[in-house]
Amino acid sequence: MKNSPAKKRFIVFGLLPAFVLYTIFMIYPTLTVFKESLYKTGGLSGKKTFVGLANFQKLFADPKFIKAFQNTVFLIVVVTIITMFLAVIFAAMLTRGNFRGKNFFRIILYIPNILSIAVVASIFSSIYGMDTGLLNGLGRLLKPETWENIAFTGQSGLVTYSIAFAMIWQAVGYYMVMYMSTMAQIPEHLYEAAKLDGAGRLRQFFSITLPLSWQTVRTTLTFYVISNINISFQLVKALTDGGPNGASMTLLNYQYVEAYNNSNFGYGLAIGVVVFLFSFGLSAIIYRATKRDIIQY
Amino acid sequence: MNKETKLYKGFVYLVLGLAALSILLPVVWVFLASFKENAEFYGNPWAFPHGFYWQNFAEAWAEANMGSYLINSVIVTALAMTFLLLISLPCAYILARMDFPGKRFLQTLMKAGLFINLSYIVIPIFMILLNLNRSLKVTFFLNNRLILALIYAATAVPFTVYLLANYFSAISKSYEEAAYIDGAGYFTTMLRIMIPMAKPAVITVILFNFLAFWNEYILSLTLLTDKKLKTLPVGLINLQQASRSAANYGRLYAGLVLVMLPTLLLYILVQKQLTEGMMVGGDKG
Repeated sequence: MKNSPAKKRFIVFGLLPAFVLYTIFMIYPTLTVFKESLYKTGGLSGKKTFVGLANFQKLFADPKFIKAFQNTVFLIVVVTIITMFLAVIFAAMLTRGNFRGKNFFRIILYIPNILSIAVVASIFSSIYGMDTGLLNGLGRLLKPETWENIAFTGQSGLVTYSIAFAMIWQAVGYYMVMYMSTMAQIPEHLYEAAKLDGAGRLRQFFSITLPLSWQTVRTTLTFYVISNINISFQLVKALTDGGPNGASMTLLNYQYVEAYNNSNFGYGLAIGVVVFLFSFGLSAIIYRATKRDIIQY
Repeated sequence: MNKETKLYKGFVYLVLGLAALSILLPVVWVFLASFKENAEFYGNPWAFPHGFYWQNFAEAWAEANMGSYLINSVIVTALAMTFLLLISLPCAYILARMDFPGKRFLQTLMKAGLFINLSYIVIPIFMILLNLNRSLKVTFFLNNRLILALIYAATAVPFTVYLLANYFSAISKSYEEAAYIDGAGYFTTMLRIMIPMAKPAVITVILFNFLAFWNEYILSLTLLTDKKLKTLPVGLINLQQASRSAANYGRLYAGLVLVMLPTLLLYILVQKQLTEGMMVGGDKG
């Protein structure tokens, strides 16, 4: 039966549909980003002129682009660090020690991950609202006389923090569940030996739990970059649409405004190129920088 | 139990309790708010609803079109899932279990897709469809639920194939050999022997992709601009903007409940498979 015509036919027809669709809707659009960034597209007429790297030159002199870049970096750094910290701690707490309600916490903390970003945005717009908002409502209950409403998403100094908080809320449970299954595989006898040697909880965490789950934590670090770029785009789009006055714009939001709303495809896709190069570059750097010898158990 | 252990446990319960509360509180609040009459929203937002004002749901369903958005979401999700399974199962099976020239290249090509996020290519996808419309002088490619479903399926292929192929490659060769000896063809062997054996992985794939398709928002917003064709998450954002400017909150929260409820119910039923399924594809790099 080796390499019979029937086998060849089966292989070709089995692979073809998946690869054709994948090529048309993922590979080709990705190549389009890079190609179109070299052109200038004129408004509704759709006329294209080759401009080389001029779009990029314009980008790096564009204050809106710089602001969007800063916001993107800020959200990646802050959200990644805090989410990872909380997720590792929560996972260690839930895996070590036999708690009642361990499953309860796992189930509840994972909930944000099954909600659409549109839903997360709606929930947070109720939390952050002014007169009808939950946080301002709480403030009024605690200090009925003196409370002044805080514009969590309407103030340029505060809005990125509000977005970051919503992103952390959304992500912690997902990574926690991931770390939990790694930590659950660490053999119990290591902890028993450590206890006999007089190691406390903190010492056990830093000498056993963390080093032995490092490979997983490290792999997730590269996920964080891509997923934070993606989630921040969707959340900002739904919650503030970049406002107030561009203060919460991220790179992909700015791309969307330029390409979709203003039909500046070339300029928008130049931003897309920056996103691609930046996220792959950053992932690669993080992956290298966090390399440790793999510890076996 | 000594004193230190008790203290530690108390601390853990406090920390995790706060985290759980931060999630439960807003979700439960949305459900309660969906029963409030509009006047109640001008008072204390922490107050309980005075009664069950079901009218909100009727308004969200009919006047705010959430009913027809729900149908659109069902159509798009069902189509996308069908396409995805039809194309991914044979592809994963062949990549995992058969030898042929160029296999390594195709495997690497497929893996590269794991790093391309849908958000990165929303604009070029829109552009390609727009150009197709223009050059063929049709309107077929935008505002078409079928096209959206096809793109959902295509963008889910790398992850799905990766997960299924990992599972397929762990199954013993002897099953196929026995089937071939019995005279079964390649297609029959895959369909009747191998795919049923991969059922746990198939279920995981269906669960994750159901959530991804049902919840997807950016691409749907970009490709389906016709009011009649919008899906639930996009409808929700429209409803949110309309309700806030018209100060009409009750129907907003009723709409929010309609969007959340299906995924929450599904989650309650299958939370174990979901949180454990995360690791199905993870063991083999």
